[in-house]
Amino acid sequence: MSNAETAAPVRIFAGTDTMGWTHRIGTAARGVAATVVPPLAVLCLMALIWEIVGSQPGASLPAPSKVLKDTMELIVHPFYDNGGNDVGMAWQLLASLKRVALGYALAVVAGVSLGVLVGQSTWALRGLDPIFQVLRTVPPLAWLPISLAAFRDGNPSAIFVIFITAVWPIIINTSIGIRNIPEDYRNVSRVIRLNGFEYFAQIMLPAAAPYIFSGLRIGVGLSWLAIVAAEMLIGGVGIGFFIWDAWNSSRISDIILALVYVGVVGFILDRLVAWAGRRVTRGTSVA
Amino acid sequence: MNKAYLELSDIHMSFTRGGRTTQVLKGIDLKVRQGEFVALIGHSGCGKSTVLNIVAGLLKASSGGVIVDGREVNEPGPDRAMVFQNHSLLPWLTVYQNVEIAVNKIFRDRLKPAERKEWVLHNLEMVNMSHALERLPSEISGGMKQRVGIARALAMKPKVLLLDEPFGALDALTRAHLQDEVMRIQSELRNTVMMITHDVDEAVLLSDRIVMMTNGPSATIGEVLAVELPRPRDRIALADDARYNHYRHQVLQFLYEKQRKVETFGAGRSAPAMASRAA
Repeated sequence: MSNAETAAPVRIFAGTDTMGWTHRIGTAARGVAATVVPPLAVLCLMALIWEIVGSQPGASLPAPSKVLKDTMELIVHPFYDNGGNDVGMAWQLLASLKRVALGYALAVVAGVSLGVLVGQSTWALRGLDPIFQVLRTVPPLAWLPISLAAFRDGNPSAIFVIFITAVWPIIINTSIGIRNIPEDYRNVSRVIRLNGFEYFAQIMLPAAAPYIFSGLRIGVGLSWLAIVAAEMLIGGVGIGFFIWDAWNSSRISDIILALVYVGVVGFILDRLVAWAGRRVTRGTSVA
Repeated sequence: MNKAYLELSDIHMSFTRGGRTTQVLKGIDLKVRQGEFVALIGHSGCGKSTVLNIVAGLLKASSGGVIVDGREVNEPGPDRAMVFQNHSLLPWLTVYQNVEIAVNKIFRDRLKPAERKEWVLHNLEMVNMSHALERLPSEISGGMKQRVGIARALAMKPKVLLLDEPFGALDALTRAHLQDEVMRIQSELRNTVMMITHDVDEAVLLSDRIVMMTNGPSATIGEVLAVELPRPRDRIALADDARYNHYRHQVLQFLYEKQRKVETFGAGRSAPAMASRAA
């Protein structure tokens, strides 16, 4: 095995063995610093400008220092529960997340199934794709009245709005992924005679996974966008209604805190799906 | 000729697209003995790949039939394992898993799990890939991918091994190594092999017979050349061998004098994607 292309691969990390562990920790710390320090610096600068502008007499929005002072109770007691809608921020966020989880899970199941159908069958594509293309442009909130009329209850309506918002990018990306499966993979499966289910599980899903996950990622982002708006209208517990309630009682600082939480949770959701996608599609996207 | 193991009889193939019908293959007749290594050579677009795809069962001939070991073939199957031009490994599976997926499916009822594992490892050993079992296709070189493709095909215990320009995408040195490996494996296993190539040296070096195809459309078998060089064959010794050069000369003469390629726009490119791929 001396020929060129079977030679053992070069150990890229061979060099690190000779380095001391203190050195390695130093390298890691520098890496963290490089990703954390710049956004932190920008954040501080923005807060400073906001502080200066917000501290002017007659400013309509509170400065960050005032926001912190006003919302300290909410920040330090995220889990309080005074009954009704008067619960801590963690409960509000969890209520919203629960709706998103339900609606999104339904959207994943329906979206991937319909995407596979549309990707597999030319007739399904011809029949369904134009309809999907029209329906996906309907704004999420436009679905709310009709779902309220259908379900006669706020909670299932909100879940339906999440579902209908997230389902389109999942369908469309899945069907594109299925259509883009190379003919060669199909031929391989035909030669070894995989049956329909084996082909679906062992070739189709993994081959389309990078596309499916980009749909899932867009979908989770849209769900989180839609839940806040939907909850403003349906009321009850939830971060959307919390914002609306705060506006109605002129608690501007609470709104700002809620926006920060909404942003952070949305960011985490996006990263979670991206991470899951990387785990599942290892190798596929780079090949 | 002895009893034919693989027999192609009067194969015609036409593709229809947009109301226009193009005849790609016209009356292909070929008999291959068990253990014989046959190369199909011809200019690109002549329908070589179409012939191979018909033998594989991936394409259905317009008329005529293929018989392997006394049985007509109508659909793809592991008895006619194919090594694809662009390796066709599944990128989300490791080297080991790419062979395992075929072995598990084909020998599920015949071999115990431990035996299947043993068989996967044995075939990867044969192509010298035991050192990279846990690597993904994206982490190994083009030559190594092709080795895994060969291992996957061999692991199916095919009656006929089909090679579709298996070394076409590789650099000259890697190609030479792999050709030597295929010769070594062939001398051990005595497979019946049908290989497509456009490389004259490769055809003469590896084959027992070279089937030369005329230009398409309506391509057919022009000449068949029996290569009676003793095995094992050594490329360096043969480079200066009069018989080797004579065979080489005959193939070149066929390709460049009798079947000089006339570049016509769109010729042979009207077939569906699979067949038109560097046929």
